[in-house]
Amino acid sequence: MAFDIPSLKTEDKPMVIASAFILVILSIGTVYTLSTQGSAPLLSPGYLLQQLQTGSFLGIVAAGMMVVILLGHIDLSVAWTMTAAAMMATTVGGEWAIPTGIAVGAAVGLVNGFGVAYLRVPSMIFTLGVDSVLRGLMVAHTGGFAPQDSATPLMRTLASDRFLGIPSAIFVWLAVSVVIAVMLKRTAFGREIYVTGNREVAAYLSGIRTRRVILGSFVVSGICAALAGVMLAGYSARAYQGMGNPFLLPAIAAVVIGGTRILGGQGRYIGTLIGVILIVLLNSVLSIMQMPEAGRQVIYGSVIISMLLVYGRGNKVHS
Amino acid sequence: MADKRSALATNMRQNVAFYSAIAMLVALYLVYNMLHPRGFSAAVLIQNSNESVAIVFLAMAQTVPVLLGGLDLSVGAIMTLANCIASEVVNGSPLQIVLGMIITLATGTAFGLVNGLIVVYGRLQPIIATLATGAVAVGLALFIRPVPGGNVDDDISWALTNDLYEFVDTYGLFDADAGWFQTISWIPVPLLIVVMIAFGVWLPFKRTVTGRTIYAIGSAEGAAYMSGLPIDRAKIAAFTLAGFFAACGGLYLAIQTSSGNADITQAGAYTLNSIAAVVVGGTSLLGGVGGAIGSLVGALILRVISFYFRIVSIDPLLQPLVEGLVLLVAVSLGAFRTLRVKNQLNLFR
Repeated sequence: MAFDIPSLKTEDKPMVIASAFILVILSIGTVYTLSTQGSAPLLSPGYLLQQLQTGSFLGIVAAGMMVVILLGHIDLSVAWTMTAAAMMATTVGGEWAIPTGIAVGAAVGLVNGFGVAYLRVPSMIFTLGVDSVLRGLMVAHTGGFAPQDSATPLMRTLASDRFLGIPSAIFVWLAVSVVIAVMLKRTAFGREIYVTGNREVAAYLSGIRTRRVILGSFVVSGICAALAGVMLAGYSARAYQGMGNPFLLPAIAAVVIGGTRILGGQGRYIGTLIGVILIVLLNSVLSIMQMPEAGRQVIYGSVIISMLLVYGRGNKVHS
Repeated sequence: MADKRSALATNMRQNVAFYSAIAMLVALYLVYNMLHPRGFSAAVLIQNSNESVAIVFLAMAQTVPVLLGGLDLSVGAIMTLANCIASEVVNGSPLQIVLGMIITLATGTAFGLVNGLIVVYGRLQPIIATLATGAVAVGLALFIRPVPGGNVDDDISWALTNDLYEFVDTYGLFDADAGWFQTISWIPVPLLIVVMIAFGVWLPFKRTVTGRTIYAIGSAEGAAYMSGLPIDRAKIAAFTLAGFFAACGGLYLAIQTSSGNADITQAGAYTLNSIAAVVVGGTSLLGGVGGAIGSLVGALILRVISFYFRIVSIDPLLQPLVEGLVLLVAVSLGAFRTLRVKNQLNLFR
C-alpha cells in the first residue's frame, strides 16, 4: 500500500474526472429524454442494469487489455480471439463448450506472449499477425458463413439470464474484476507486471523473470477476451463472423480513459472499470438521441481526446 | 573507385533490411509473372499497380510517425475522409477538377497537422491521440457520404488508371503514336504517380533539417533535444506529411473506383496493413531506422503475395489464413536478432 501514496494525487485525478464526466453524460441524456419524451429512462435501475449487462463484455475484454497495457504492450488480437473462442465453443457444444473457448484464449495468449517476450517482436505487429491468422483459421473453419451451431444453455445462462434480479453477466464481470484487481494489487505477479512495465531492464536486473511476466499477461488477456467472446455468443445465441471487431478500440480507449499509462507501469483497475462504464453510457445516450453513426464517431473521438487533454498529458520534453 | 565500392558496401550493410526487401519483391514479382498465363504483359502490370497505389501511399504515410517512434492509427481514416471528399469534388471543368484535387489533399494534410498539434502541444501519446482523431475522421467521412457512391470525372479516372499512352491520348497532349514515345508509352500512370510522390516529396524532405530531426527523435529524443534540433516542428511535420500521403491514397482510391465509401472496417484494415507494410519494408517500430521508400517496397511485397492467390490454385477459404501466416512469419524474421545478441540487456528497450 505504501507503494501508491506518493503518487496518490496524480493517480486519482483520472478517476475523479472520469466519474464526473459520467454524471455529465447521464444528466445530458436525462435532460434530453425529459424534454423530448417527458421521462427519464436513463436513471431507472432497470435500464442502467441492462446497459451494464451489454457493457460487461467490453468490461471483461478491457480487464485483460489493461494487464497487457500495464506492461507497455498492446494486444490487437482480442477481436478475433473473442470470435475464435465463441466459434470453437459453439462448435464443440455440450459441457465442454466453455472450457474449450477458454482454452482457445489461453492458447492465443501463449502464442502472443511467446512472440513478444521470447522472439522480441513488437507486440503491436505480432498480435496483429496473430489476429489475421485467427481470422484465416475461422474463415477456413466456417467457410466464411455464420456457423449454424447455437450456444449451449450454460453460455446463455451466463450471458442473458438474471440472478436475484440482476443480469448474471454483471456477476461474471464482477468476478473477473475482483480476480484482476486482486492479482494486480496483492500478488507477486501483479507487482512484477508494474515493475516490468516501468522499466524492463531494471526488472530483469532485479531478478524478475520478465519474459514469463509478459507471457503470463498475454495469457490473461487471451483468457479474458475468450470469456467475453463465449458470453457474447451466449448473449446472441450463436457465434458470427467479426463479432469481436467492435470491441478492440473501445477496450483500449476504456483502459486509457481510466488513467492507465499507454506506455505501461502506471494505472489502477478501478480506473478501467470507470472507463468502461463511461464508454457504455456514452454509447447508450448517443443511441437514445438517435445520433447517426457519423455523429457518434465524431463525438466518441472528441470525448477521448478532450478527456486525455485534461489529465493524460505527458511530461514536457526532457533532456 | 575503391572508395566508392566500400561506400556502397557500407550502405548495403547498414540497410540490410531495405535491400533484402527489394530483392524479395523482385524475386516474388518475377516468379509471379512466370506463373501468370499472361505474365510480363503491360495489362498485368497496369492492373497490379492500380491495386497497389492506395496501400503504398498509406504505408508511406505510416512510415513518418513510426520513424519518430510513434504510430498513426488514423491514416486509414484520413484516407477514407479524403476518398469521400474527392468523390464529391473531383468533377466538372478541368479547373474544377484540379481545384477538387487540391481541396482533397489539403483536407488530409490539415487533418494530419491537427494530429501533430495534438501530439506536440497536447502532449498525448500518438497511438491514443490518433486512435481518437481517426474516429473523428471516419465520422466526418460518414457525414459527407452516408452511403457509398459519388461521381468522379470519367476522363481523369481513365487517364490516371491506365498506361502513359492512354493518358496522352485522353488529353491529346501530343501525338501518342509518335515513334519516340513508343518506348515509354507502356508505363502505367499509377506507378509513375507513386514514384513521383515518393521521390519528389519524401526524399527531398528527408534531407532537410526537419527530416533528419525525425530520425534523431526516433533514435534518442533526449539527445535530439539537447542538440538543439527543432523537436516540435519535426513532430508536427511528420504527422502533417502522414496526412498528406494518406490523402494521396484516398484521392487515388476515389479516382480508381469513381466513388467514395466511408467504410469503417476498410479504414481499420488499411491502417493495420500499413503498419505491416512498414515493418516488412525494414522500418523499425521503435523508430529512427528505415524510410518511406522501404515501406513502398514493403507494401508492394504484401500486395504481390495476395496476387499469388489468383494464379496458384488454393482454396479461397484458406486465403486469409495463408495471408496471415505470411505476415506473421515476415514480422517474426526479425527475431533472428535475438539469437545474435551477445548482451541480454540489449534485448530490452
